[in-house]
Amino acid sequence: MTETRLDILTLFAGVVLLMIALTLFGEYMRQRAPTSAPRPVVETYLTRVNSWWGMVTLLAFAALAGQFWITLLFAFASFAALREFLTYASKRQADHLSLALAFFAFLPLQYLFVALGWIQMFTVFIPVYAFLLLPIVSALRGDPDKFLARVAGTQWGLMICVFCLSHVPALLTLPMPTGSDRAILMIVFLVMVVQLGDLIEYFAGRQLGEHKLAPSLSPKTAEGVVVAAIGVFVIGALLAWITPFSALGAAIMALMAWGAGWMGNLVFAAIKRDRGVKDWSHLIPGQGGFLEQLDSVIFAAPLFFHVSLLVLE
Amino acid sequence: MVDVTSLSRGLAARITGHALTFVARFITAARADWKGIEPVARQRIYYANHVSNADMPMIWSVLPAHLRRQTRPVAAADYWLKTPLRAFAGRDVFRAVLIHRNPEDRAEDEDPLETILEAIDAGDSLIIFPEGGRNMSDAPLLPFKSGIYNIGHARPDVDLVPTWIANLNEIMPKGEIIPLPLICTVTFGAPLHVASGEAKDDFLDRAADALVALAPEEARAEAPQEAPQ
Repeated sequence: MTETRLDILTLFAGVVLLMIALTLFGEYMRQRAPTSAPRPVVETYLTRVNSWWGMVTLLAFAALAGQFWITLLFAFASFAALREFLTYASKRQADHLSLALAFFAFLPLQYLFVALGWIQMFTVFIPVYAFLLLPIVSALRGDPDKFLARVAGTQWGLMICVFCLSHVPALLTLPMPTGSDRAILMIVFLVMVVQLGDLIEYFAGRQLGEHKLAPSLSPKTAEGVVVAAIGVFVIGALLAWITPFSALGAAIMALMAWGAGWMGNLVFAAIKRDRGVKDWSHLIPGQGGFLEQLDSVIFAAPLFFHVSLLVLE
Repeated sequence: MVDVTSLSRGLAARITGHALTFVARFITAARADWKGIEPVARQRIYYANHVSNADMPMIWSVLPAHLRRQTRPVAAADYWLKTPLRAFAGRDVFRAVLIHRNPEDRAEDEDPLETILEAIDAGDSLIIFPEGGRNMSDAPLLPFKSGIYNIGHARPDVDLVPTWIANLNEIMPKGEIIPLPLICTVTFGAPLHVASGEAKDDFLDRAADALVALAPEEARAEAPQEAPQ
């Protein structure tokens, strides 16, 4: 355990250095801006950096505290994400009980199965049991109006916000050849490559971006994606020492996870555009809601989990 | 002599108030959106749409603590005095201005408007529900009762602030027991005043329009067959 903890602390120190650099950069930009004209871009950026500080600290403490705490942390993240998703989903009073079940039964049970490491259950619990049971509960209350849209929305919310996200703590159940307590570093690896990739893409896109990839949905550009893909590949290779993979293997895994997450970001932009909302909520200052922060991890986690399982078994 | 009973009652009321605020914020992530005014200590009358019994506690809990302390809801005495627990919540936690809706219950010299004006003259801000009851219809608002006009007419300097509560009817529809933890937003609009010489119905229309204008688009539709999405 001590060696794993030491590795977490080393990575934490590295991230803290990066955060200090980002904070100083923001403060420098703020100093340079004339005080008379407010610079919304700089202010937004600094609010974001402050939120990142909070998230980095929380994740580091949870990782150091151990498996139970990191599972609990993601259970709460799921709760917050599901709340944001279902606030904007189609629903009628007939769905009340099935929505209550989603929040207060399926979500806690899914995380309980993850905490118990019961892989046969947590990989099918929501796709099979929730998928079949929730429409029955809604149908029993009558009201066929927009039934398919309502049921599909609820199911999507559960899949995205609970099932997919629970695959982050599910990484703890991976059979690690290097010792079971090293599994927690897989979470650190996944979160780091996905978030750093998004960060690179954001900066590169702002500086070099010209060709928009999905102009009706998001400002993402081909230039930003290419730079970020190269960056993620290198970061993955550099972080290979915390994973059971080779340098090339880790680089490919990182690229795959970030790519999935990047497309997840696009999918969420499409949902938001459809519902006519700009941000899912205002719970994280400067970032919008939990879903804004989690969308890439949500799409990356299940893929990363299953490919790792295939490779390690 | 320190009155131990009233002291402990006051303490219990404050603890209950904090607990309630915490639950409201945790369950619904309740959020205030100050669109037309700033959350500053100024005497105001917040008038809001009324769809659920949780409306009043929700507005009360999104107010910043220093504003909450000087804000009192105007509420029905027959509801809030029914049981000792409600009486404790109504009188001690929310410090409600209790009025009798049914004229037969009133004491001989009791006038609800006078009771409300007394609270205003004492410097308190108020929360009122001008529809006079919960809106169970598909329309965004029921027709306003004249109370809001009478108050605004008697005290024309006090800000009448339109306050829209979104989503509460989905969080806790009538007849359901378990509240859903969806996000609830309370939007505060620009303040209104009764203009000198303004007719009652004109003002009531103006006040209702200002309130509905704060609603999310789905709720504004005449007959929202699609529940607010």
